[in-house]
Amino acid sequence: MSANGRPLLEVEDLVVRYPIGRGLSGAILRRPHQHVHAVSGVSLSVARGEMVALVGESGCGKTTTAQALLRLVHTDSGSVSFDGIDVTALSQGELRSLRRRMQIIYQDPYESLDPRFRVAATVAEPLVIHDIGSRSERRDLVTSALEQVGLAPAELFADRYPHELSGGQRQRVAIAASLVLGPELLVADEPVSMLDVSVRAGILGILDELRDQGLAVLMITHDLSTAARFADRICVMYLGRIVEEGPARQVIDDPQHPYTRALLSVVPRRDPRHRAEVQILRGETPNPIEIPSGCRFHPRCPIAIDACSETDPKLQAKAGASGHRVACIRA
Amino acid sequence: MSPVQTGAPPAEEAPATRSLRWRSVAAPILQNKSALVALAMLAFFVFLAVFGDLLIAGDPKAKVGDVFEPPSREFWLGTDGGGASMVDLLIAGARVSLLIGFCAAAISAVIGGTVGIVSGFFGGKTDTALMRLTDYFLVIPDVPLMIVIAALFGRSTWNIIVIIGIIYWTFTARLIRAQTKSVRERVYVQRARALGAGNTRLIVRHVLPQVTPLLVANTVLLIAYAIFAETFITFLGLGDPSAISWGRLIENAFTDDAIINEAWWAVIPPGLCVMFVVLACTIIGQTMEDALNPRLRTGHLSVRRFRVLRPKPEVES
Amino acid sequence: MSGALLEVEDLHVWFDLPNGKQLHAVQGVSFSIDAGTRLGMVGESGCGKTTTILALMGLLPQIATLSGRVLLDGTNILEQGEETIAPHRWKDIAMVFQGAMNAFDPVRRIGDQIAEPMELHGYASGREAQHRVRELLETVGISPTRAGSYPHELSGGMRQRAAIAMSLACSPRVLLADEPTTALDVMVQAQVLELLTYLSDELGLALVFVTHDLPIVAQTCTRAAVMYAGRIVEQGPTEALYHETRHPYTRMLWAATPDLEARDDVLSIPGVPPRLDAELRGCPFAPRCYLAASRCADDRPELHSVGAEHESACHFASSVEVVA
Repeated sequence: MSANGRPLLEVEDLVVRYPIGRGLSGAILRRPHQHVHAVSGVSLSVARGEMVALVGESGCGKTTTAQALLRLVHTDSGSVSFDGIDVTALSQGELRSLRRRMQIIYQDPYESLDPRFRVAATVAEPLVIHDIGSRSERRDLVTSALEQVGLAPAELFADRYPHELSGGQRQRVAIAASLVLGPELLVADEPVSMLDVSVRAGILGILDELRDQGLAVLMITHDLSTAARFADRICVMYLGRIVEEGPARQVIDDPQHPYTRALLSVVPRRDPRHRAEVQILRGETPNPIEIPSGCRFHPRCPIAIDACSETDPKLQAKAGASGHRVACIRA
Repeated sequence: MSPVQTGAPPAEEAPATRSLRWRSVAAPILQNKSALVALAMLAFFVFLAVFGDLLIAGDPKAKVGDVFEPPSREFWLGTDGGGASMVDLLIAGARVSLLIGFCAAAISAVIGGTVGIVSGFFGGKTDTALMRLTDYFLVIPDVPLMIVIAALFGRSTWNIIVIIGIIYWTFTARLIRAQTKSVRERVYVQRARALGAGNTRLIVRHVLPQVTPLLVANTVLLIAYAIFAETFITFLGLGDPSAISWGRLIENAFTDDAIINEAWWAVIPPGLCVMFVVLACTIIGQTMEDALNPRLRTGHLSVRRFRVLRPKPEVES
Repeated sequence: MSGALLEVEDLHVWFDLPNGKQLHAVQGVSFSIDAGTRLGMVGESGCGKTTTILALMGLLPQIATLSGRVLLDGTNILEQGEETIAPHRWKDIAMVFQGAMNAFDPVRRIGDQIAEPMELHGYASGREAQHRVRELLETVGISPTRAGSYPHELSGGMRQRAAIAMSLACSPRVLLADEPTTALDVMVQAQVLELLTYLSDELGLALVFVTHDLPIVAQTCTRAAVMYAGRIVEQGPTEALYHETRHPYTRMLWAATPDLEARDDVLSIPGVPPRLDAELRGCPFAPRCYLAASRCADDRPELHSVGAEHESACHFASSVEVVA
């Protein structure tokens, strides 16, 4: 919690839409503007010392949500509140100083680092941008950031170029560059999906430790197994909305939304003897331009009833389970 | 025993690698035979241009022999229509031709590079406006435009440089714009922006270093274009009357009726000089561009040509 | 091992490097597969699994040198290189490449692209080919009417199925799939895995499934081979690999893989795989192995039997603790 007991980050009814061109014929025929409804009313919160996993399949809007939080994309409506400050209303100058407190790590460690910058330069860059510290002070901050992410001794790594590092080491450098400003919120967009299995635990371990030290972490992932093991809370997204959210173990062990249940049933398990009731949904997620009426999930839902095509369910807490909410009229 | 977590990966020895600048700019040339030959050729002419004064005694245009004397031990390439030594004239011409070529290419590179980066980085209306401008310049036929401007604004060397420079930048602009657009989308640029970096910093520290090798490669090609352009402008009679360039030598040869006098040594050598320099620049420029654009490589397409080892016969012990 | 549909014996692949050395990418790989079964080849980047299956297809470049035998129905198709492999390519052994779903020609219809291998290999042409295309689309779960669609009109999952259809064009008996579900969402992945399982169960296809994802292999394949530094370090029934793990690398891979219900710590494997451009002494995994002793640095362990159809290349195979 932050000073006054509220979560550090609070997002309320976030909406992000992209208009698509109508083309010449569309303009002549006066067809209505169509939009890609990337995010359609997402509300979530992340507290200090908490890791929230935002899970979902491609096109569900999780990456757009993360980018909207940091105002890297525009927001159409809704509020994003960081430590009580409304992020969407800030000017460019105010935003710049807020950027020091919220950082993002990207999915691709091979593209995250400028190939022409040595490690020390990459990690020092945030300090240079925000004009912090003298040269020797920066060197010290860089060294401690590198050691914090396990790249020790720091001198050995500081002078290297990205092409001399492995994927896991590059990702550590990216994390170090994010930590050097001392952020309070870290958004990690699929931080390990492009890394070999044997190095993932190392990176996730760093995020785990940072969370224990009081950082608020929002992890975007499609990997439910990782979310189950590392996150405190899980938010499941489908087609721009959160359909279920709650404490991680509860969502995994007692899923309430039919989409969550289906998703969990098809996650491959380690044990070859595991016999699952596999629920494979047919078809694929519809494109976010034509959102189904009523409940977004009803065309693919195994337990849909007539009412589902008319009512758009809201996220509501389950009776008796605190903090576990689901958007389904049949839950 | 069960697996134990032993902490962060140890740092292994870093392989000795050279910096990226070496690998992308210098290495491809030094490792390609034809590029090396081209570089040697270009170096030779640059040497002539720089140290020409030391090789020529006196005024290269001075009459030192008879008109249209054929090549002999005294005059290796004979004399021109004014009795001046062709060798001296060619060396003097190297300085002017190369100077015009390099300067004009530099101007084109600067204009084209700037337009390309600004257009590619900012996109939107700026991009559209600049691309319209580029299109106008592309559409105008270069030769007639050069003739018109030369005729209007006088025939000094500097004018020629400017004329060539402002015609050829469009090609560079498009190339650099495309490269800038792709670099702008790279994750590390977006990351720097997310950290709070301003546009200036993004362009100078992140975009420019990625775009510069291509710009350099393209500028070398531009030198070839520029030298060729200077040659025919001057040949058409629009060049600087007081400057000796290879184009002027060819022009003089024609006005002095070298062909009728069968004085091939007055016409062909300057043409050859232009050709060699243009060829050298083209090869070097192309080699650099090929090295920078890995998609042009097609070696990976030749699969199915692997070798199979026959099992070694048993050796009697 | 006799009578198996495909048998690979002591396969080696070397790549010539620009500095004159050679990269020993595949170091004596042997395995076999029967009709209607699924073999998973698991390993991390650089372990040689993709090179191995490319060798089976004869799709290696001029800088590659191969040795060993690849027996299809008992005949060595690797004998004369391209000459002996070409007749079988696509007709007996076919492959779904990594990223195949993105490798379609965007300006040609899907149906034409699926028909292309049939025409190239003289399997079918014209109307017969078109008919077969529709059959194939149905087999992979795409409506046959989509044969006239362009690649961009299909979703990612459908394109992957189309890629599988293309690999089945000439009715091969062995299908090599290189990371077929890596770029797909978990639900679409489940659909594609269901399809691959159906193809091998119902149609008798022998499937070699190359992936870095152990749980997929655990759920889909009956047998698995774990590769490290160009060699198979453990091979056997998937159940045995999990419940009776006999190689420390396999054991550490399981430990590095989170599971929905497991509460144990997820561990990483410190260190990096060895370079393959120099001959290695001893066990290639020794520097990173928690069981390593002095013997491991000098004495290279060979694959030996540790159970029913279960092999491991480790001196201390019996000391490996089981996962669960």
